[in-house]
Amino acid sequence: MTVPISYYLLLSAVLFGLGVVAFVFKRNVITVFMSVELMLNAVNLAFVAFARAYNKFDGLVDVFFVIVVAAAEAAVGLAIVIMLRRNRESLNVERVDLLKF
Amino acid sequence: MPILSHLWIILALPLAGSAINGLLGKRWAQTTVNSVAIGAVSLTFLAVAELVREFSHLGPSQIPYVGDYFTWMLAGPFRVDFSLQVDQLTVIMLLVVSFVGMLIHIYSTGYMAHEGGYYRFFCYLNLFMFFMLTLVLAANLIVMFVGWEGVGLCSYLLIGFWFLKKSAADAGKKAFITTRIGDLGFTIGILFVFATFKSVDFIPIFQSVSTNPVSVGVLTTICLLLFTGAVGKSAQLPLYVWLPDAMEGPTPVSALIHAATMVTAGVYMVARMNPLFSRAPIAMLVVAIVGALTAFYAATIGLMQTDIKKVLAYSTVSQLGYMFLGCGVGAYAAGVFHLMTHAFFKGLLFLCAGSVIHAMGGEQDMMKMGGLRKQIPITYWTMLIATLAIAGIPGFAGFFSKDEILEAAQSGPHANLVLWLLGVVGAALTSFYMFRLIFLTFFGGPRYDEHHVHVHESPKNMTVPLMILAFLSIFGGWVAAPHLIGGTDYFAKFLEPVFTTYAPAATESAAAVSESAASPGVALFHALTGWPVIVGVLGLLVAWWFYIKSPETPKRLATSMKPLYTLIFHKYYVDEIYGALIVRPLLWISTHFLWHVVDEGVIDGTVNGVAKVARESGGELRKLQSGNTRSYAAWVVVGAVCFTFLLLLVLGMR
Repeated sequence: MTVPISYYLLLSAVLFGLGVVAFVFKRNVITVFMSVELMLNAVNLAFVAFARAYNKFDGLVDVFFVIVVAAAEAAVGLAIVIMLRRNRESLNVERVDLLKF
Repeated sequence: MPILSHLWIILALPLAGSAINGLLGKRWAQTTVNSVAIGAVSLTFLAVAELVREFSHLGPSQIPYVGDYFTWMLAGPFRVDFSLQVDQLTVIMLLVVSFVGMLIHIYSTGYMAHEGGYYRFFCYLNLFMFFMLTLVLAANLIVMFVGWEGVGLCSYLLIGFWFLKKSAADAGKKAFITTRIGDLGFTIGILFVFATFKSVDFIPIFQSVSTNPVSVGVLTTICLLLFTGAVGKSAQLPLYVWLPDAMEGPTPVSALIHAATMVTAGVYMVARMNPLFSRAPIAMLVVAIVGALTAFYAATIGLMQTDIKKVLAYSTVSQLGYMFLGCGVGAYAAGVFHLMTHAFFKGLLFLCAGSVIHAMGGEQDMMKMGGLRKQIPITYWTMLIATLAIAGIPGFAGFFSKDEILEAAQSGPHANLVLWLLGVVGAALTSFYMFRLIFLTFFGGPRYDEHHVHVHESPKNMTVPLMILAFLSIFGGWVAAPHLIGGTDYFAKFLEPVFTTYAPAATESAAAVSESAASPGVALFHALTGWPVIVGVLGLLVAWWFYIKSPETPKRLATSMKPLYTLIFHKYYVDEIYGALIVRPLLWISTHFLWHVVDEGVIDGTVNGVAKVARESGGELRKLQSGNTRSYAAWVVVGAVCFTFLLLLVLGMR
């Protein structure tokens, strides 16, 4: 017996939603960063589920791209976090508001 | 036929000279600038001379010779070619323009030697030659108009040559704007010509007008509109006001542009369009009336002026009036003849005046001169010759030409005794004010501070042109002389094809009659003892009485006829009247309506309103840019949700 695709998609949507909520409401920059990873992996799950359901490899290829991007993002993102800690003595994203008008 | 088949060379030479000096001359020594400018005009003159030689070999059927270069504009039936034409009238104008132009270029090398902007001056002067030659060589009204406006531009640039002086800059603007009023009429006239004849080329127009009768009303309208342009350009009543002010420019400019060549463009144009004017008697009458009135009116103003150049300026206006009087009474050849002799003697007068001003170290007021004849003899003698010529003393150039005009006004086919009388009185006044100028400047005791002003004769490059022009002021009129002893008037004979080929039938017979009428001795006697000569001598004597014999007389007369004196001394208050009637209302409308209402209210209001809307909506929108990363993320989420929703909606509707 196979698990229907809608189960996977529902799980993926829940994970993504959790990521969004965490991204918007959390203040610690590392938590925010982790919520981005959560959203990426939710999308990955959806890709894999579709690839499996339709028996195609396109979705799997996309997943590899996403993993690569996530890895690169982690490298850059952690570097930014370190610089932020040094310059602002804080990990609170509310205090990083240089981009405003 | 190297030049005749390449007419454009005549135009290209001064244009090249102007471009070279204008683009590169700034860092060059004066001698280099000189050789470029003078080289360009001298070559132009040589080309014209060669052209005349080739022209003399053409048969009557080949004249006018037309050189067609390229189609310039083509819009439906409207077609303008860049084409140049040579006929007898063009030849005369080319010779006058290039030769006098060359002499004045040479003179300028002396006169302008100590001035800044030397290369600029010669660049403009060469450019002027280019446009003036375009004007006279043009084979259609549009190319002529290009030259016409081009000389206007050069006139503006050269009047305002010392543009740091406010009066000079203002005079330039005045000249430009005043002539523009006339040019409006000229432009409309050209449009009328095209509407009537379906062409702007001279030859088709003239052929059409002489074969297919056009209603007199239309022709009169066209001629009057064209004449409006001539009135502006040639400084006739009521648009003459710019010419006296144009004396703010350097004196060689006054000589070349505002005496010898550009201001005669109106006369040239009327003479060129003679097949049209000859068929519009009312327009002819208007031309003659305006000419005669201007000749008289400007002469009266000339009586009172004390600035040596202003006297000559009013004299120019007056002499141009004579040319129009000649054209208006149907004696086009006489008008053009006077144009030529006037170019010689008035060019000479201005150059002499320049030499006097140069000698006096910049002083232009005749009341502060006096007794200069011993110190600057060459200037004195040449100026005296020019004065004799303009006063119409027998034997000098002006005698022949002015006499021919007044003769035509008295007994020609369109004779009009009132206009003749105005002309004769004008001639008397001319003689008077010119000798007044001579006596005040060169006779009597010095009225200047001899310790400060070191009077000195001008250098060779200024005096040689004076002497050449003096020679022409004496002998330039003699081509018409045999006429008086029963021979041929070579000048009129030469120009005859231009004025008779397309003339209406009636004029031809009249011209033939007038030619055969006078018997030899009578004509000579008549001319020598005619009124123009008598009043010329009279003017001389009165001037001598007033300014040499009893110098108190003018002052006494001035007090006894106070109102008239004041009126004329203030030039009939014409500038003030124009100021009150036209300039001030225009300024008021411009300030109170066009500026404060239209410009500030409508135009600025629209532009500023648009900017204000953008700024204020931007001000509201920028509050979204809080700088807080999480709020951006929230917007992204909102956007994504909306988009997804929309997508589902669209997909669900399918």
